[in-house]
Amino acid sequence: MSSKALTGAAIIVKSLEDLGVDVIFGYPGGAVLPIYDELHEHSKITHVLVRHEQAAVHAAEGYARSTGKPGVVLVTSGPGATNAVTGLADAMLDSIPVVCLTGQVPVQLIGTDAFQEADTVGITRHCTKHNYLVRKSDDVSAVIHEAFHVATTGRPGPVVVDIPKDVQILTSDKIHNGPIEHRSYRPAFKGDDAAIKKAVELLAKAKKPIFYTGGGVINSGPKASDLLRKLVRLTGAPITSTLMGLGAYPASDPLFLGMLGMHGTFEANHAMHDCDVMVCVGARFDDRVTGRIDSFAPKSKKIHIDIDRSSINKIVHVEVPVVGDVAAVLEVFLKFWKKGKHKLDNAALKKWWGEINENRKRYCLAYPKRRDVIMPQYACERLQELTKEKDVYFTTEVGQHQMWAAQFLKFEKPNRWMTSGGLGTMGYGFPAAIGVQMAHPKALVIDVAGEASIQMNIQELSTVMQYGLPVKVFILNNQYMGMVRQWQDLNHEGRYSNSYTASLPDFVKLAESYGATGLMCEHPDDLDATILKMMEIDGPVIVDCRVEKLANCFPMIPSGAAHNEMILPDEDEIKEFEGGATLV
Amino acid sequence: MIDTPHQERHTISIIVDNEAGVLARVIGLFAGRGYNIEHLTVAPVDLEGNESRITVVTTGTRKIIEQIKAQLDRLVPVHRVGDLTDEGPSVERELALVKVTGDKQQRLEAIRVAEAFRARRVDSTPNSFVFEVTGKSEKIKAFIELMSELGLEEVVRTGVAALHRGKKVL
Ligand SMILES: Cc1ncc(C[n+]2csc(CCOP(=O)(O)OP(=O)(O)O)c2C)c(N)n1
Ligand SMILES: [Mg+2]
Repeated sequence: MSSKALTGAAIIVKSLEDLGVDVIFGYPGGAVLPIYDELHEHSKITHVLVRHEQAAVHAAEGYARSTGKPGVVLVTSGPGATNAVTGLADAMLDSIPVVCLTGQVPVQLIGTDAFQEADTVGITRHCTKHNYLVRKSDDVSAVIHEAFHVATTGRPGPVVVDIPKDVQILTSDKIHNGPIEHRSYRPAFKGDDAAIKKAVELLAKAKKPIFYTGGGVINSGPKASDLLRKLVRLTGAPITSTLMGLGAYPASDPLFLGMLGMHGTFEANHAMHDCDVMVCVGARFDDRVTGRIDSFAPKSKKIHIDIDRSSINKIVHVEVPVVGDVAAVLEVFLKFWKKGKHKLDNAALKKWWGEINENRKRYCLAYPKRRDVIMPQYACERLQELTKEKDVYFTTEVGQHQMWAAQFLKFEKPNRWMTSGGLGTMGYGFPAAIGVQMAHPKALVIDVAGEASIQMNIQELSTVMQYGLPVKVFILNNQYMGMVRQWQDLNHEGRYSNSYTASLPDFVKLAESYGATGLMCEHPDDLDATILKMMEIDGPVIVDCRVEKLANCFPMIPSGAAHNEMILPDEDEIKEFEGGATLV
Repeated sequence: MIDTPHQERHTISIIVDNEAGVLARVIGLFAGRGYNIEHLTVAPVDLEGNESRITVVTTGTRKIIEQIKAQLDRLVPVHRVGDLTDEGPSVERELALVKVTGDKQQRLEAIRVAEAFRARRVDSTPNSFVFEVTGKSEKIKAFIELMSELGLEEVVRTGVAALHRGKKVL
């Protein structure tokens, strides 16, 4: 426990080192200068200087989601901390492990409205899993270790450690080492065997089973995805995933019905509606997933596997709750399933698949194959096709483009897809891509963006230039806040109040002004060449892909409707362009 | 847990680490998620002052009550959460200080009522009393109602404190 005395700042950096941190995303300021001094030319920790603290948190999220390791952020007091709040709230809703160190005014000045003072612990209490104000240099090391422990165990989430400047300067010889023995925090891990047994028995009797899986599978780690694949294939039951869970189960597998929810597939939502046993694994019955709650899967009995007890029975009543880590629970589930020689009723399953395959024939993701203009869906399809052999990671901003990316990109592996699900934060994707690229320097990292969203953190172009990060930003430029416009079409009789993105910059010139490459693409015939060129360029690229302005994202469960009340794409419009007829 | 449409009243006990801001976390959870607080008491309960016991009386449907307990349980500095309403018999007590002022006849009457409620006179001046009364919330309420006819000026209540009956502990 004791060694020679170090300053608080040196202890902070040493603790991060001891915890295996290799990258920090941050922005300096008065209240963190002692820490920055320690990081100066530091050999083991790379500090990535972002251009806005919100971006630091999203970058840390991207790092965390693509590696499974916690992302680390360092920002100054006051405005540094308040700028980070959106990122923290984002990480909170999507359960992403992030540790955010914030500077604070010296202990003696706390509460005096000192320069750049904000009540960071108060402000972030509701958007963090936990937060700390460290009042003594002696506590710094133990608190940082504890913060990592809390952020990464149980249901992961963001943790803030607020460190007054004098605490960074004063010395201590207390360096924490070894595991954390927390006084009160005991996250669930192993599920209850009796509950798992009940779950196995319920599933074994199912005639119309479905697996409904979410981000909890990804958070649990690659082993959870492996076990899920084994279990689903063993049973032969259909599986659908939330936006957050894409990649946990391979999209190309015939048992996979695609994403469910508001912009999920017809077959997935109908299977949810009609199922008799639902196995929810690491998902939380979000309102964007369930549609109208009183007609959600009305004939089903439900099993819910979740590490967070408060997620169970919060929205939807379930018959068999299992509180535990997905991988730990699925392992036992599989063991019991095999030991009991369970098998789903073959005839019933066949019939069930018959119904599902009938629904698949609706081709709910069909869109008009126009030759005169790039359809955004087509752009996503081509992105998928031309990148599928690559070591590729996708991030997104928020809007229609995000939903099209979720529908048309095919994720075969976990940790390859980072999108702001819970908070729906425009401006997430570009900084998240920075975090991903820092963790995977050789990989192809693409942010599928909208022209409105990208402007929320466009300043990060400077960051990718400084660190030579070859992030690709693929803008589906429809010149509208498309998702807002779509809702105005559906709910406000097409009154497009403030949803036109006027005065857009010239994205090509904008990229060039930072020293990056800008590419413009306006015609379907040029699309493949543009995508290939984007991939060839060894550096940051912005693609301004001009797409159909008024396309809407279907299928869709209108808000307040049930899973079986989806709006499908307009068949007449699709027919009009069948066989590639051009509209001139 | 099937939800009940009607509101239930529950006494919930929470053992927390006695650290700065812990009460704000607990209350903030109730405020942020729109849960009710009818009574709230909090104080350290071990000799070293490391742990505090918070007692909250809250109302909600069965589903809300379960959600409150689950949400409290996942706060990092929370050691244990107990539902004294659900988990067998418990004793509940509240203390109130009640100030009344008045002249002779009223004073005598106030003393008579206080005796009936086993309230103690903890302060008296020629024209005022402060009574200390303990008991269940309903008793306190009844006492205050009677005193409102007898020169009631001011009331302070501690909120409910509660423990399991018998050997059972939280
Ligand atoms: C920070 C933030 N502000 C507002 C919104 C509400 N919102 C959701 S989608 C959207 C429009 C996004 O436009 P764009 O990035 O061009 O994407 P598109 O829908 O056109 O693909 C808006 C304003 C949001 N999600 N996040
Ligand atoms: Mg747009």
